[in-house]
Amino acid sequence: MRVSVTTSVFIGLMASVAFGASAAAAEKTKFEFWYGLSGDLGERVQDACKKFNDSQSEFEIVCTSQNGYDTTLQNTIAAYRAKKQPAITQIYDAGTLDMMLSGAFVPAKKLMADNGYIIDWNNYFGGIANYYATAKGELNSFPFNSSTAMFYYNVDAFQKAGIDFKPDTWEQVEEAARKLKAAGYGCPLAFNFDTWPLMEQFSAIHNQPLATKANGYNGLDAELVVNKTKFVDHVKFFKKMADEKLFVVKTKQLGMDIVPAFTSQTCQMIQTSIADHGTIGKTLPEGVKWEVAMLPVWKGTERQNSLVGGASLWVLAGRPEAEYKGAAAFLNYLATPEMAEWWSTVTGYIPVTKTGFDAMKANGFYYKAPYKGRELAIQSLSFTPTSENTRGIRLGGFTQIRKEFATALEAIFMQNADVQAELDETVERGNAVLRRFEKTYAGQTLN
Amino acid sequence: MDKRAAFRSWWLPSLFALPQIILILLFFYWPAVAVLRWAFTLEPPFGGAAEFVGFANFQEVFADPLYWNSVGVSLAFALCGTLATIFIGLVLALAVDRQLPGSAPFRFLYILPYAIAGPAAGMAFRFILSPERGLMASVNATFPDFWNPAKYGSHALLLVIVVFAWKWAGYTFIFLLAGLQSVPRSLIEAAAMDGCGPIRRAVDIQIPLLAPTLFFLLVIMMTEGFVGADTYGIVARTTDGGPNHGTDVMVYRIVEEAFRGLNYSGASAQSLVLIGLIMTFTFIQFRFIERQVHYK
Repeated sequence: MRVSVTTSVFIGLMASVAFGASAAAAEKTKFEFWYGLSGDLGERVQDACKKFNDSQSEFEIVCTSQNGYDTTLQNTIAAYRAKKQPAITQIYDAGTLDMMLSGAFVPAKKLMADNGYIIDWNNYFGGIANYYATAKGELNSFPFNSSTAMFYYNVDAFQKAGIDFKPDTWEQVEEAARKLKAAGYGCPLAFNFDTWPLMEQFSAIHNQPLATKANGYNGLDAELVVNKTKFVDHVKFFKKMADEKLFVVKTKQLGMDIVPAFTSQTCQMIQTSIADHGTIGKTLPEGVKWEVAMLPVWKGTERQNSLVGGASLWVLAGRPEAEYKGAAAFLNYLATPEMAEWWSTVTGYIPVTKTGFDAMKANGFYYKAPYKGRELAIQSLSFTPTSENTRGIRLGGFTQIRKEFATALEAIFMQNADVQAELDETVERGNAVLRRFEKTYAGQTLN
Repeated sequence: MDKRAAFRSWWLPSLFALPQIILILLFFYWPAVAVLRWAFTLEPPFGGAAEFVGFANFQEVFADPLYWNSVGVSLAFALCGTLATIFIGLVLALAVDRQLPGSAPFRFLYILPYAIAGPAAGMAFRFILSPERGLMASVNATFPDFWNPAKYGSHALLLVIVVFAWKWAGYTFIFLLAGLQSVPRSLIEAAAMDGCGPIRRAVDIQIPLLAPTLFFLLVIMMTEGFVGADTYGIVARTTDGGPNHGTDVMVYRIVEEAFRGLNYSGASAQSLVLIGLIMTFTFIQFRFIERQVHYK
């Protein structure tokens, strides 16, 4: 028995020596990439990593899903504090300010210049790049998966209800909802308490501020003002429609969120991300006609560009120099027009560069059946040049502020709270979050 | 004639205890000290200058009416959850202990839910008890809003308590069944011969003799209800703390504040308050209840 143990240990040693040798023979620089997408979209990120690894032999990227945007940010923070951070991490829009003030990253521009890549930074769509850029307009991170909110409606239901117009304005949406109701549809429009389309996108396209200081871009001392803008009237309108059962609340707590409500044809209109375009097309039964449109505006409004959503890729500080070479190579690879097109095709995200978009337009991508309509997202994002109110949102603790507003909407729509009073209170609570954030980063300024 | 085995040297027992001591230091005392430091400073999430702010984090916590709301919600949750869990476990244990024909498989079955993770149970119950799609949908169709945890805070609280009780009843069941099996059979048989029915025997003999076990479970379940990982998991998967803070239990608030709000300092202050609260509760339980439960 003893002999066999020794032998097996010996064999094991030999094997590991041999393995070590073979690994050393093909030495690649390994580096890590953490991302927040999961499920189908997460698989596509893995595909992108594999494509990169197959495309060259110098670097090996190891991609790990953290199963959610917020967990990616949390894990990145924990890893950074423990000095075990990945080279690249995917951080969602709302975490941008936390990253910017962290000092824990290598600016995108510096990274690419240091590693000898020449990037035409103007190639990024203004509506996308400006969201992530500094006040001077310089990108610290790479826009990656970008989306914006869109309006989806069921054309078959519209025809059956005798609606012969497109819902471009909220007046038309109301009229359509009344006709749908009259034609026997129980849920003309579904909405949930996600503030992204209802508050953030609405405010941008109606040129309404969310907060002072250009939505926070000009200083950490910004204050929320959303209780004094058209948003209040918009919520009141939604409340009135909800009371008349023309707009219906659909949340996962009630049993079905808005996208399944739309794809099961329970509800005929929703506002959601362009990233859901693929899912909706795949899930609706064959032959059902549906359309996607830019978000409606109130009649007489001069429409502004909508806000970009999604995430960008940050290169974290404190990694060995060799890994930065790999990171730069990977980011450069992602930005090639072929990869941009591949990424947009297999997900629903829009291309972030003008050349990527042009390449896709040129080969007729947007005329092919399942992808038709996605170009409207670009149109919506670049409808006007970005202004103070439409550039983006740069508020500290914004995830928490979003949650406060979602709770306020819950109180308004589920428990009949007074719209103005509830929003006033929420703005006050949100401002407390902002003040604490300002104090946490005392002495720091936005650059 | 003391025949107790004792270690002769001090180092051998210390060596045996070492792994456990290291684990406790690493996973309990160290984080506790870190929380203590965090609670009195204001530090950016990625690290950096941690400014000492004294009791400012605590003042901010106590000044928030929603914090007191969450204390109330937590109390209601822990109390109702504990009582429901112990009551259900007790009834099941009494039933199984009677050893009626065919009761053996139930000993196993009742423990099963305990093996399911809180978040998973929460997710399942969100579907099962959802007001528009679940079991109650048909009742709601006739009586609108008869059951609507998305609308009424009380319904939502009931929902999370149901999930908690469903999961943890199996746990109390094991302890109570073990306790019941150590009740002398002769007592029960004597009572039966005197003509006591099963309920009478349970109330007058078995439950009083179970008092130490019941006390132990009371302490454990209260703590679990306040700080258990399951409590967070269940709330996060079913109600998300809503509607309108209706199920905003203290642990949920802490995790949200820390990891969604990245306000580690405020969350640490809240954690300390919660630890203090549990210590007080446990103290009260030992001081005033434990005295009543000993028997000779």
